Amino acid sequence: MIDVASLSPTVQAIVLVGVVLLEAIVLYVGYGAISSAVTKPLIDAIQNA
Amino acid sequence: MEILGIALTTLVLFVGFGLMVGVLFGFFGMGGSFLVTPALLVMGYPASVAVGSGMAFVFGTAVIATLKHHDLGQVDYKLGGLMIAGTTAGIEVGKEIVLHLESIGLASGVIGVTYVLLLGGVGVFVTYNALNSDGGDSGGGHHDGADQEIDPDAIPDIAKKIQSYHVPPMMTIRGGIQVSLWMVLAVAFATGLLSGFLGVGGGFIRMPAMFYLIGVPVPIAVGTDLFEIVFSGGLGSFLYAQGGGVDLSIVAPLLAGSALGARIGSAATGIVDEGEIKIYFGLMLLGGSVAVAFRQLGDYLGMDVLNTVSFALILLSAFLVSGAVVYSSVVALRQEPDATAVAAD
Repeated sequence: MIDVASLSPTVQAIVLVGVVLLEAIVLYVGYGAISSAVTKPLIDAIQNA
Repeated sequence: MEILGIALTTLVLFVGFGLMVGVLFGFFGMGGSFLVTPALLVMGYPASVAVGSGMAFVFGTAVIATLKHHDLGQVDYKLGGLMIAGTTAGIEVGKEIVLHLESIGLASGVIGVTYVLLLGGVGVFVTYNALNSDGGDSGGGHHDGADQEIDPDAIPDIAKKIQSYHVPPMMTIRGGIQVSLWMVLAVAFATGLLSGFLGVGGGFIRMPAMFYLIGVPVPIAVGTDLFEIVFSGGLGSFLYAQGGGVDLSIVAPLLAGSALGARIGSAATGIVDEGEIKIYFGLMLLGGSVAVAFRQLGDYLGMDVLNTVSFALILLSAFLVSGAVVYSSVVALRQEPDATAVAAD
């Protein structure tokens, strides 16, 4: 296991930005999967309400 | 109850706040640092953490919103690359002007007044134009193919004038618009200069500048602006993270909310009428300019209560505008059956 605290500030900053980027991509894919399943019934519900 | 060292109520607050900011960010390509940094300051976080975490949040949200706009064909990467080059040079010059003003003791006052006038001025201009446009962009949504030739009537006069200068090399941007490379760089430089001078992300300047000065259709201006923010936000996050200014316990829940909001906001640009987008954008800027004016006045008079009023005004205008975006999307979906396909994307 890598000890992040022992890394230089520059490497720690790169890791941190990388984690944010990874979270963004995971959330995009995850929400994408959820929305593809939910959008159609939701729009039908809005249009038929 | 705590999850990952954060109180559950704070977690819910961050996710909810992120959702609202995400809607605005996906819809307008602006509003992230404008809202998040003051909120974190009011919550008692140190300035470096508020700015650094706000910037990391903007970076993450811009990645998500850009991916969504990419799926909708609303990002012009060539234009975005040129805008990044011109904006970077402009920011450097803007910073030099600030340093010069600081050396003669005028920085705070001049920057504050310019910020308020610019926010308010752009807000009035955009709202006035949107309310007075009676053709072109008033008919339904604008979710047609981004590469489709655009209606010449929808291009503002000033953009037509800029496009009429045939200074080679000429380039074609999305929507089939021909414009001089030098004009694009000049607009990017000017918006970068203002961004560097005011110390802000600059989405509120770049998005209208791309539409009114170059003639880029609004959804593509938003998508391309977001693409640019990915780079500026990434670099800013990296610089603040080096000094320990990025707190993942703040960024992660905010991003969890904004990821959903950005999808909703980005999809809404393909459903809601273009004229309505401009009106909301203008009103958002007007609310922001009044809030910034209160904050400047609070700093000048040493009255903390005015800073709180300023934050409440920003929050209120953000809440109302994001609510209006969602409401308009629902109304458009109920009126236009063909909007369903865009929303489903």
